[in-house]
Amino acid sequence: MVTLLYFARVREALGTGEERIDLPDGVATVTDLADWLATRHPVFADRDRLRVAVDQVMARFDTDIRSAKEIAFFPPVTGG
Amino acid sequence: MIAVRVSAELFDTGAEIAALGKDGMGAVASFTGIVRGDGGLTALTLEHYPAMTEAALRALAGEAASRWSLGGVTLVHRVGRLVPGDPIVLVACASAHRSDALEACAFLIDRLKTDAPFWKRESFADGREVWVEARTSDDAAAARWS
Repeated sequence: MVTLLYFARVREALGTGEERIDLPDGVATVTDLADWLATRHPVFADRDRLRVAVDQVMARFDTDIRSAKEIAFFPPVTGG
Repeated sequence: MIAVRVSAELFDTGAEIAALGKDGMGAVASFTGIVRGDGGLTALTLEHYPAMTEAALRALAGEAASRWSLGGVTLVHRVGRLVPGDPIVLVACASAHRSDALEACAFLIDRLKTDAPFWKRESFADGREVWVEARTSDDAAAARWS
């Protein structure tokens, strides 16, 4: 099981901030997961406006997630 | 000495800077971000990724301390609802000489904009609620340090 977290605009688009899933067969990278999630919601298709953290560290779409425990999707950050 | 804090509470810029300077390092540079009240903005609400935020700030402060000769770094970032005029972020760096402190401050505020998990939502007098979009100029500012 992996925990998926959503923040800001992504959280609002999905109507939830968290879910737990089993990674589908063949999902090895963030890109694979985003492709799979995009079949459920278009917010995951807009990669230019999507960022990701894997186990609480900013990650890239080619990051391997097969042993990840927590994956967060969110828009580009706007703090400071 | 690296001090990192994420809080809904108001912070005291003067006290934070004084605390950094008391070791007699010679220089403290700081940047304070204030909520702008332009365009009819009535409030700014900061969302963050609680489990990740402090570690991300600590990593940035550590990177600054490895690039410049610093005696201390203080990063304070607020979350929750803020109104125009409220301080939102403080970056302060102590060093023996001014250039290290000034450059480390510029580095930290630039990289905070792209590397720390905060999101701003703006509330306006006419009732609109809008997520602040990231700016390409922020990416460019952060990239100059890589």
